[in-house]
Amino acid sequence: MQIKLNVNGQSIEDFVEPRMLLVHYLRDILGYTGAHVGCDTTSCGSCTVHLNGHAVKSCNLLAVQANGKSITTIEGLAIGDQLHPLQEGFKECHGLQCGFCTPGMIMTAADLLENNPKPTEQEIREGLEGNFCRCTGYHNIVKAIQYASEKMALA
Amino acid sequence: MSNKYIGQSIKRVEDKRFITGKGRYTDDIQLPGMLYAHILRSPYAHARIISIDTTAASKMKGVVKIYTGKDYEAVNGVPCGWQVNFKDGTTMREPKHPLLVTDIARHVGDGIALVVATDKYLACDAAEEIKINWEVLPSVTNAMEAMKPGAPIVHAEYADNRAFDWQIGNPKEEVDAAMASAHHITKLDFVNNRLAPNAIEPRSYIGHYDPVYEKYTLYTSTQNPHLIRLLMCAFVLGIPEHKVRVVGPDVGGGFGSKIYHYTEEALVTLAAKDLGKPVKWTSDRSEAFLSDAHGRDHISTAEMGFDKNGLIVGLRIKTFANLGAYLSTFSTCVPTYLHGTLLQGLYTTPKIHLDMTCVFTNTVAVDAYRGAGRPEATYLLERLIEVGAHEMGIDPTDLRFKNFIPPFDGVTQPGYQTQVALQYDSGNYAPVLQRGMEMLGYENFKKEQAESRKTNKLLGVGFSTYIEACGIAPSAVVGSLGARAGLFESAQVRVQPTGKVSVFTGSHSHGQGHETTFAQVVADKLGIPLADVDIVHGDSDTVAFGMGTYGSRSLAVGGSAIVKSIEKVLEKGAKIAAHKLECLVDDLEYAEGKWTIKGTDKSISFADVSLTAYVPHVYPPNLEPGLDFSSFYDPTNFTYPFGCHICVVEVDADTGKVTIKRMIAVDDVGNVINPMIVDGQIHGGLAQGIGQALLEGVNYDSDGALQNGSYMDYAMPRADDFPMFETDRKTTPCPHNPLGVKGAGEAGAIGSTPAVVNAVMNALWHKGVRDLSMPMTPESVWRAMNKK
Repeated sequence: MQIKLNVNGQSIEDFVEPRMLLVHYLRDILGYTGAHVGCDTTSCGSCTVHLNGHAVKSCNLLAVQANGKSITTIEGLAIGDQLHPLQEGFKECHGLQCGFCTPGMIMTAADLLENNPKPTEQEIREGLEGNFCRCTGYHNIVKAIQYASEKMALA
Repeated sequence: MSNKYIGQSIKRVEDKRFITGKGRYTDDIQLPGMLYAHILRSPYAHARIISIDTTAASKMKGVVKIYTGKDYEAVNGVPCGWQVNFKDGTTMREPKHPLLVTDIARHVGDGIALVVATDKYLACDAAEEIKINWEVLPSVTNAMEAMKPGAPIVHAEYADNRAFDWQIGNPKEEVDAAMASAHHITKLDFVNNRLAPNAIEPRSYIGHYDPVYEKYTLYTSTQNPHLIRLLMCAFVLGIPEHKVRVVGPDVGGGFGSKIYHYTEEALVTLAAKDLGKPVKWTSDRSEAFLSDAHGRDHISTAEMGFDKNGLIVGLRIKTFANLGAYLSTFSTCVPTYLHGTLLQGLYTTPKIHLDMTCVFTNTVAVDAYRGAGRPEATYLLERLIEVGAHEMGIDPTDLRFKNFIPPFDGVTQPGYQTQVALQYDSGNYAPVLQRGMEMLGYENFKKEQAESRKTNKLLGVGFSTYIEACGIAPSAVVGSLGARAGLFESAQVRVQPTGKVSVFTGSHSHGQGHETTFAQVVADKLGIPLADVDIVHGDSDTVAFGMGTYGSRSLAVGGSAIVKSIEKVLEKGAKIAAHKLECLVDDLEYAEGKWTIKGTDKSISFADVSLTAYVPHVYPPNLEPGLDFSSFYDPTNFTYPFGCHICVVEVDADTGKVTIKRMIAVDDVGNVINPMIVDGQIHGGLAQGIGQALLEGVNYDSDGALQNGSYMDYAMPRADDFPMFETDRKTTPCPHNPLGVKGAGEAGAIGSTPAVVNAVMNALWHKGVRDLSMPMTPESVWRAMNKK
């Protein structure tokens, strides 16, 4: 099927198999390998990207469902060399270890802060319900999101 | 040496690629012409293949070739890396673990066929069309059940399902006598629940063969690329090692599960050569539950005897360890040498005996998972001492202080010889518990607890003081215990002509932050900027050799190898410097990145010496050019980190729901290079330990089917399952390695689990609750409270 979409600011026209998952299209066809596949049940959130500005799990959408839509992946979050405050926060607060869940965590957190710029610790923890991390115990991920929240409030 | 970086929380240099989505994990790698493999797995725990028909599947769109077990009948199985003998000295039983099943599938998920196609979707489609005629056989998944007469037999040649039996400690009769003399005996039955490691990156492998150079490349999500090369070449495929390159690129977590040599690594390697194209296989999550080695799964009866003053007089344990259907790489040493040897704990227990039976069942293999044997040992000890304290009416902290081994530094005082083979290197155990109690505010807590009992939100506190054996391991020692490999580490320090430094380490980072921690050590030892140091790991063609990362060994063993190479660099550098400065080597001192003639301002920089080494125009006679040294470091002992974990829980008396209110961890991991990274390691371990206590547990049903083999069913810990963790440290340096470090990777997962269970027990003790089983779900706690 023919699709037209915008990925990280770039307009794309393509033909895809109807059954191709969006995450496989992004990773295998477009080369945006920052979206990872950690499960097959839409549970782990490693594949999270933004679809028209909202966090979605790209393993739970078909590529054809992104037709006419705009997608941002982790690769499109920084503006040039200017890291997003969340990217900076994850580095400053040691919010990542192996890095595999990190892109999904950051994309989920970006949506969270968009809707709730000053979340409480509990709101952050609940906001991450759909994202698994096996390395950090979430402690420094919470701190990283708090860091970004404070930084974005100053901007 | 100046310490500009060591001891500082330097932000990680590897982070940039990960936070921008540029990490390169195995599944991210695309090679030209690459084919995709899918593995058809057994849906049965135990079944004979009467016939298998791949005809229709082979004709499907995109299918290149389908392999079955018959294609590998002449190929060896994947080996076990550690030989443990029966009590009577006979060799353990070691059934072949074939690359694909030829006749009988022995667990759900056993590999049956490998489908290679031009596209992963097409490979899956074809696998569904393979026709298999099965004869389903009776199965057994529980170790105790497998030991009963008449139990289904996993391997026909071993009719009692025993892999081996084993014992450690004092003679049984001495321990029996000690127990007979006890004033009080605490006796408990334990199940240490089976866990799925669940690194978030599923395993992924790419095989590649270059016919021009006759060279294989395997990209693999592994914790130890060189070890995989050794095992796969020497034991399985019989292909020459110098013709095989193994690359472990960025790896998304391991926790033990990516140590082992898995069948799929050999399968993609062989298929790539056979088909003349690269072949990729990436596990999906459901497959990971079925085919990654699991952890824990012990069933024990344990007794701790006390005298009338509360001193421990004896410890007697009988355990059945489930090893699964096949012996995974390190499966045999986990319940034995990494478990039985830790039963001294922090206590002066004079008589200890463990009787261990390791059992085959119709389950996927069980092997090391974060802590590997040491959490199981700590769980027994810390549950027994806490229950004993409650039974005897002694405060559990007092009972521990009474029984702690007195302090020893391992330098002016000897190490502590345990009853279970090990000699602890250095230890000072009371301060970690004292500090933990301070952080807790124990007296205030007791008042809050009394208040809570007037409501239906019951507070409880649980303690756990643990020790572990890390820095694995002295090769001669483990060799005498059956290890089929040395456990040293290698490091090459290559000083470039401009004074920049490339370090090639055999350790492998899959989240631990070696690119930062190791660089901190090198930069300080050489007195150069951190940015001048590059840490290279994970490629058998660039790193000379390596044993990899597990057992909290990277800094203690791999870091020590780096220090050895740096010492060689500085020794040779001094000769070059002396020649250039026209003085004697003994006249020089090295600091701040330069050699200076003592008492003068005459000096030469590290960069100038480096350049001279590669442009040796004015150069010492009889000295080789270049500044590049390799070392192998083989430790003289394990390292012994220890600590105290304290958990405060609130139990809802109506529903049984347990909420972690506080989690306190005071760990002594020896010297610390990067406190931020060490704290991060502790946090992650705590989460896994709490996960075992409250949430996680692999369940097989009576037919041997895995009941919770996906993230919809297996309770992975989430962000809202935890509070912020409260951590602190004490420092007792390791006396036998040059950095004084002990290792921090597993501590969190070792100490925390019993602290959580003890806390729930403490909350419910006044209600008569004695018996709690993990995971302590609301249902299981409610049943314990209501005796149902």
